Amino acid sequence: MSEIVFKGVTKTFRLPKGGDFLAINTTDLRIEEREFVAIVGPSGCGKTTLMRMAAGLEFPTSGSVEVGGKPVRGPGPERAVVFQQFALMPWKSVRENIGFGLMCKGTPRAEADAAIAHYIELMGLAGHEDSFPHQLSGGMQQRVAIARAYVMNPAALLMDEPFGALDAQTRIIMQEELVRLARRNPRTVIFITHAVDEAIYLADRVVVMGRKPGRIIEMIDIRPLRADGGWEAMPVEEVMDTPAFTHMRSRVWKLLKAREAQTT
Amino acid sequence: MANRNFLGPSGTVLGPVEFWLLTLAGFGLFFGTWSLVSWSGWMPPNLLPSPLAVWETLVRLWNQPFAGHVYAEHLTASIGRFLMGWAIAVGIGIPLGLLMGWYRILDEIITPLFDSIRFVAPLAWVPLAALWFGTGIGGPLLIIFVGSFAPCLISAYRGARLVEPRLVEAAQMMGASGRRIIQHVLVPGAMPSIISGLRVSAGLGWQSLVGSELIVVGAGLGYLMVQGQGNLATNIVIAGMIGIGVVGFVIDVALRSVEAWFRRRWGQA
Repeated sequence: MSEIVFKGVTKTFRLPKGGDFLAINTTDLRIEEREFVAIVGPSGCGKTTLMRMAAGLEFPTSGSVEVGGKPVRGPGPERAVVFQQFALMPWKSVRENIGFGLMCKGTPRAEADAAIAHYIELMGLAGHEDSFPHQLSGGMQQRVAIARAYVMNPAALLMDEPFGALDAQTRIIMQEELVRLARRNPRTVIFITHAVDEAIYLADRVVVMGRKPGRIIEMIDIRPLRADGGWEAMPVEEVMDTPAFTHMRSRVWKLLKAREAQTT
Repeated sequence: MANRNFLGPSGTVLGPVEFWLLTLAGFGLFFGTWSLVSWSGWMPPNLLPSPLAVWETLVRLWNQPFAGHVYAEHLTASIGRFLMGWAIAVGIGIPLGLLMGWYRILDEIITPLFDSIRFVAPLAWVPLAALWFGTGIGGPLLIIFVGSFAPCLISAYRGARLVEPRLVEAAQMMGASGRRIIQHVLVPGAMPSIISGLRVSAGLGWQSLVGSELIVVGAGLGYLMVQGQGNLATNIVIAGMIGIGVVGFVIDVALRSVEAWFRRRWGQA
């Protein structure tokens, strides 16, 4: 049981100059067990804040966030986070970074080593086990961060623009790998991005957010589209060229643009 | 060392040969001027002995005891005293600084107090140290401690405050306990700052040494110098100063290489 449920969540931040900023206005969102939900929206729409509340790194001003029926009280290994800037420990090797969560959990050495080796292999990190993060490219560093999240066998994965810091080519490769990984190890996923393409390609459902104040504008189920188009069997660039995909993309774009025109 | 620029347009890179030649030139200029002044007779030799005379004094002090000990014994007495005082400062300052960076309440309690005490120079502690400890080991330790404590505390505190908050969050989401976060995130994250703090604190502690040895009876470079002054032996005073300079330089070079090692290992600039 790992569905993520936001009920009537609002979040205000105190501004340093005084006054409050309404980051998220009354929001309800239910993400089913093993559902992959991408949240898109312009900067400042509160999408990252929403994810951080599921992670237990922020708390709602009012309303509630529950994962698997239990209110979120703080960060924990059953809700793994992948950060945009990787957040790897520069003083630990790839192996140590991936194994940190298992060490904290007290997983027996042999079992931990096997799990670490499995994800090193799966994420294409073989040969880099003893490298330090600064010796790796951005794409490789994010692979480590994803491996670090998966190795803890979390019920939910919370990804905050994980490919935002990567170049276009690396990004496409990582998107394909994530799809492969997500099919093999389905989890409840919140995937934050401002790239519409990425959201449609990866997610079961796309949640479109607007800002001032941050709120959900629309939710779009992508599953029928994916099943009909046979996306699973196609490489990412072909998927993105299909009429169904481009149509969906312009639909989401229009939603985002209309709202921007309204609020500014 | 690759892009050390001295003269000329920026971007001028000096090879090791030029580097050492320029270093030698600096020393040459210094000793040359010194020799010139002492040989010209502008200053009487009992106030400014020539470099050669000081060198001879150094050799003599090395072989014959002065103020009860040969030079090497004064040297080791000073180094031992310094290491003890510095170790106490490091042992208290670093953990306290880290905890202050981590626990807001400790920061609020200690910072104002610390800020008001730290401007009392190490030398200003000498009378108090003498009253408290007489000529025991406690006095010099207190003064070296006072001299080196502040940079230990401040560097550890800054290091802890500057640790990337995302790293703490990442550790938390992996289920790390507070103790684990301190051990695996806070301490290594603060390490570059701590190490430069160690270097500064060692320098300041060593500089406080002479002040501490004003109240020591027995052995030590400062004690040697005070005795030299009492005997109007300027060459002995300068010989003591040279020892202080050389040891300070060696300490700095050693800690610099530790610093460089850490930076290389963690890929920080």
